[in-house]
Amino acid sequence: MPESSPLLEVEELRTHFFTRRGVIKAVDGVSFTLHAGETLALVGESGSGKSVTCLSLVRLVPEPAGRIVGGRVVFAGEDLLRKTAAEMRWVRGKQIAMVLQDPMTSLNPALTIGTQVAEVVRLHQGLRGPSLRNRILEALRRLRIPAAEARLGHYPHQLSGGMRQRVSSAIAMSCAPRLLIADEPTTSLDVTIQAQYLQLLKEVQAQSGVAIILVTHDFGIVAANADRVAVMYAGQIVEMGSTVQVFDTPSHPYTQALLRCLPSVELKRQQLVEIGGQPPDLAQLPPGCPFAPRCAKRQPICLEAYPPTVTIQPGHVAQCYAAVPIDA
Amino acid sequence: MMLQGIGLKKYFPVTSGVFAARLRGWIKAVDGVHVHVAEGEALGIVGESGSGKTTLAKLFLLLERPTDGSLLFDGQEVRAFSRHDLARYRRSVQAVFQDPYSSLNPRMRVGDIVAEPLPPEDGLSRAVIRERVAEVLELVGLRRESAALYPHEFSGGQRQRIAIARAIVTYPKFIILDEPVSALDVSIRAQILNLLKGLQERLQLAYVMISHDLAAARYLSTRLTVMYAGKVVETGGCDEVYTAPLHPYTQALLSAALPLHPSLRRQRMILPGEVPNPLNPPSGCRFHPRCPQAMPQCQTHEPVWKEVSSGHYTACHLY
Repeated sequence: MPESSPLLEVEELRTHFFTRRGVIKAVDGVSFTLHAGETLALVGESGSGKSVTCLSLVRLVPEPAGRIVGGRVVFAGEDLLRKTAAEMRWVRGKQIAMVLQDPMTSLNPALTIGTQVAEVVRLHQGLRGPSLRNRILEALRRLRIPAAEARLGHYPHQLSGGMRQRVSSAIAMSCAPRLLIADEPTTSLDVTIQAQYLQLLKEVQAQSGVAIILVTHDFGIVAANADRVAVMYAGQIVEMGSTVQVFDTPSHPYTQALLRCLPSVELKRQQLVEIGGQPPDLAQLPPGCPFAPRCAKRQPICLEAYPPTVTIQPGHVAQCYAAVPIDA
Repeated sequence: MMLQGIGLKKYFPVTSGVFAARLRGWIKAVDGVHVHVAEGEALGIVGESGSGKTTLAKLFLLLERPTDGSLLFDGQEVRAFSRHDLARYRRSVQAVFQDPYSSLNPRMRVGDIVAEPLPPEDGLSRAVIRERVAEVLELVGLRRESAALYPHEFSGGQRQRIAIARAIVTYPKFIILDEPVSALDVSIRAQILNLLKGLQERLQLAYVMISHDLAAARYLSTRLTVMYAGKVVETGGCDEVYTAPLHPYTQALLSAALPLHPSLRRQRMILPGEVPNPLNPPSGCRFHPRCPQAMPQCQTHEPVWKEVSSGHYTACHLY
């Protein structure tokens, strides 16, 4: 891991939604760092706060219900939460880009591919005419979109799902951002197309040195692409470490259970370990550890106070009373 | 008892023009598929989108009529069934769909949803129906009081349990599972897969599990069928297909599956290109434009279906 100062430092980020049912603490004290060229996977089930964390980073939390109520997001030395809305517009797209789950909804169906890529490049880089066109073609070719010139005049519906996701990634990468947030980028893709896309993402990262936050619910994608992984549950990061550390010595019972309940292509038909119960209601979180009601290693104290952060190994932490450090 | 498809074909017409529609061609969604499921067996059907697996499921459920080929139930042609036979078929072959948010009517109580497949001509009394519903709700791990509630009061995993209860209320022999866990969270997925496996053993059910998730299919299936662009490319015992896949497409599909551990990151076999346009599929073997082992004859001759080892079939010129 590089020793230089991190590209992104998130400290105690809190994003709450104020609804009639009460305050929903979608993100509640999330901290992590990310270096250039690194891929951090945010893993969790629906409602764990991984997507809201990403939206908070670029200040796109749906208002007025949602509000970032605390914390700092330091990107390249500047606190994004202190920037004005106008300043944020120059960060988004240029410095930090996003790829969303469903390219059919993130692309405009009424505009051609060329127009949609051009929009970003023209705005952030002020290019016009032939140099604009060249930059667009370059962006499309970098994502290995075949027959890029012909694609310029095509509409999103004329492309396949995998190709659409490449186009939206090409838009994201067109201004050479320093951070790419990919929110479940392959969930709507087929298995072989997913493999193509993940490979491509790695190549683009190796070329450009972009840092990637990869949001996923699939540990297989984590194993395939991530350098580090943060496991989220009920708005908090319950375990974080390098991918190898977390897979080798999962230390939070939730991570352990998640890894055990995955069916696998390699393994035979053995009984899957299941996690009983349901994810918690974020409006009515219990006082102690949010996972305690479903946890197999529950102790009385788990229901009373939030567990401490235990350092398992350098760079590997878990928030659990039962977690034990590994002696080197 | 056996459910069998022989040379099943389903073509959808493609037309252009609004008023005087002209026929432009046919989408060959399912094109000559042989498949059989015996009682108590679990057949996994895997393939990518557009491979025809869902159309095949619809043929089994009589939601689509085959263009050609025959569907046999208990050795009898389904097309020739009388009303009475059809009722028996529908009772014996039930379904669970992918999305439990859209497959349950939000305005019906769970008890009514679960009881709906029970045919009125059986003349079951209300008390018997109520008891039957309570019994299946408990079988799927819900409380019998759930019958009085509405679907929105349940989480995704619980809704899928309701859908499973509805499928087993008629005591069927076969259940068609169309992507039964794809819409669920990881921790809930394991619960539903375990439930389905337990029910299969307990009720002697046969499953046809349609899935793009190779791991989930392996967990539940005893035999596996791989589809590509409307054709079956390989069929065999589940362990055989996973450990010694014959067809290059099956090999690529397994290779594209995600690793379980970062140390298993391997040089994956990445297939170039995409699933072909069903309106104009490639000549010869439909996989040849993407196949790493394509030979000249693959472009011109369609490979024949052959048994390579006992019970393990493929359609490929390599064998």
